[in-house]
Amino acid sequence: MSEADDAPAITRDDDSVTRRSFLGVLLGFGTVVMGAALSVPLIRFALHPLLTKTTEIGWSDIGKTDEFASLTAPAKRLIKVEQRDAWRKIISEKAVYVLPPKDGTMRILSPICPHLGCSIPWNEAKQEFICPCHVAVFAMDGTKISGPAPRSMDALDSKVEDGMLKVRYQYFRQLIPTKEPLS
Amino acid sequence: MRRWMNHPGGARWAYVFGSVLLFLFISQTITGVFLALYYVPSATSAHTTVAYIVKEVTGGSFLRSLHAYGSSAVVIVLLLHLTQTYLYGAYKGRRELLWISGCILLALMLAMAFTGYLLPWDQKAFFATTVGTNMASDVPFIGTWLKRFMRGGDEMGTLTVSRFFVAHVFVIPAVLIVFIATHVYLFRKAGAAGPPSEDPLNPKLPTQRFYPRQVVMDTIVALFMILILGLLAHFSPTELGPKANPADTQYIPRPEWYYLPIFQWLKYWRGPYAIIGIIVIPAITASLLVLVPFIDRRLERRPWRRPIAVGVFLVTLICFVLMGLMSERDDQRDPSIAKQVAKQREETEQFMREPFQPEGAASSLSAPAVSVLDPLAAAGKKVYESESCDACHGENGVGTAAGPKLTGATAQKPAEELSNLLRHPTAKMIEGEMKPVDLSDEDLKALVAYIKSLK
Ligand code: FES
Repeated sequence: MSEADDAPAITRDDDSVTRRSFLGVLLGFGTVVMGAALSVPLIRFALHPLLTKTTEIGWSDIGKTDEFASLTAPAKRLIKVEQRDAWRKIISEKAVYVLPPKDGTMRILSPICPHLGCSIPWNEAKQEFICPCHVAVFAMDGTKISGPAPRSMDALDSKVEDGMLKVRYQYFRQLIPTKEPLS
Repeated sequence: MRRWMNHPGGARWAYVFGSVLLFLFISQTITGVFLALYYVPSATSAHTTVAYIVKEVTGGSFLRSLHAYGSSAVVIVLLLHLTQTYLYGAYKGRRELLWISGCILLALMLAMAFTGYLLPWDQKAFFATTVGTNMASDVPFIGTWLKRFMRGGDEMGTLTVSRFFVAHVFVIPAVLIVFIATHVYLFRKAGAAGPPSEDPLNPKLPTQRFYPRQVVMDTIVALFMILILGLLAHFSPTELGPKANPADTQYIPRPEWYYLPIFQWLKYWRGPYAIIGIIVIPAITASLLVLVPFIDRRLERRPWRRPIAVGVFLVTLICFVLMGLMSERDDQRDPSIAKQVAKQREETEQFMREPFQPEGAASSLSAPAVSVLDPLAAAGKKVYESESCDACHGENGVGTAAGPKLTGATAQKPAEELSNLLRHPTAKMIEGEMKPVDLSDEDLKALVAYIKSLK
């Protein structure tokens, strides 16, 4: 017991039970509405990486088209692939093969073996692509000739802009007969 | 012990500030935790990540503004809370510890504002904090040491960011929570003081319970507060300036508005007597504030009966406001400063208009630089490629799905061991499809030199 308990209480409030509960409801309601309104930006903020596409692969330059006009064998080129990792830009180097142009169209092959993913070198002597891992063999245009690979070598999307050959680097699912991009 | 639930004289709007502060603290904690989802405390990434929050993340600009405006709101409500308590003489009647814990909370909140200000690492943050930490070196005896301690070195740098971050996010909040709990406990223990006419020790006025009237008033003000903050954050979001450039000699740093009076005050103290203005007077002022319940001991609470106590407080408060205004006026009067400040504003707006620039990861492209220097290694690179080592071990030995990387530990092995392994791979290597290399001694030597150059 302390002094304050002995002090007379202001009775006004205690009388009006309805008013007290009305205030309580109003208060609770206001708080809930405000809390709900505020949690929307909070949740959207936290879910940002799920709500936006960040894995978009851009186009990488390979080189001027004239460079490849007179190719007689596949040419290996290193490209810089730019990827976004939230606030970071990741640049990685990847190898691609530029095929000798046929009727003016350029084809770019991914060097990744559709079998188990080794990189396939061009065999100058045999004029074939021969995978060193399990000896899958592909023709100059990437068509499968023999070996364990389930499909031919994968062509990459390419385009020419202002005389610059560009490619979109992608990985494809291995061990299946169809070409299926990985995410 | 039902006393702590009761207010002598009933609920009043004047009593809402404490609850509102508690509410703001919770709001700052929540927005702060969310901001930490994307923030990285380092000199290289702090600015980029804040720019990412502001320009890219959904609701990021809003949340950051809520946090930034929230800090200003805390300072304003703190001042109101302090003024109300002071004018009502609510520190009287065995409430010394309550008052002192409040003073500590005030200091902690100002420390939160100070440490948080640096974290975006833009020009404004960098230079304001440079000045702020420089002031620490005026402290007698330990000044230089203190400044280096705060900065984590002689210069502002990445260690300063992590120190300020740890202080802002772990240390000060932990202490704050302890003192908030103490403050609330002491308040409930001493009981509400009631209106100025009330006896602070033995309240005589009829009491009213904290709930519902006072709770409703507190909540209404808190909701109103968040509404204002939300509108401000939405319609006038906090800006981020260009990244800190320590080499910039033109930049004119200006602190946040609540530090302007102190900033202005320090301008008047240069030369041999600076110590009086920078240390002695602030120390006396702070001690007076903390010790008020011991100095003003009478139980008389009505402000008009306490002319000295109230007079000193109001004069100090007015001086603060005036100094803040003078600092603004000084800047506007000096055309060169006004011009530079305008330029800085323009630079900030320019930066806000630019799209987000991701941080370039130079390190991911480090490998190609090797091998060109040493002709033997260069020859080895040719062997490496013609033997299709790169098919499995990747360009420049970075490794692929099919083969381990050669950079790092492998490249550091002695040359004899490497050539031996190449000629006679271990059982484990053969299992992983490594084939013994069939090369001339010369080519093998070159290949080993190349592998060793990969490090
Ligand atoms: S990975 Fe190329 S053949 Fe198996």
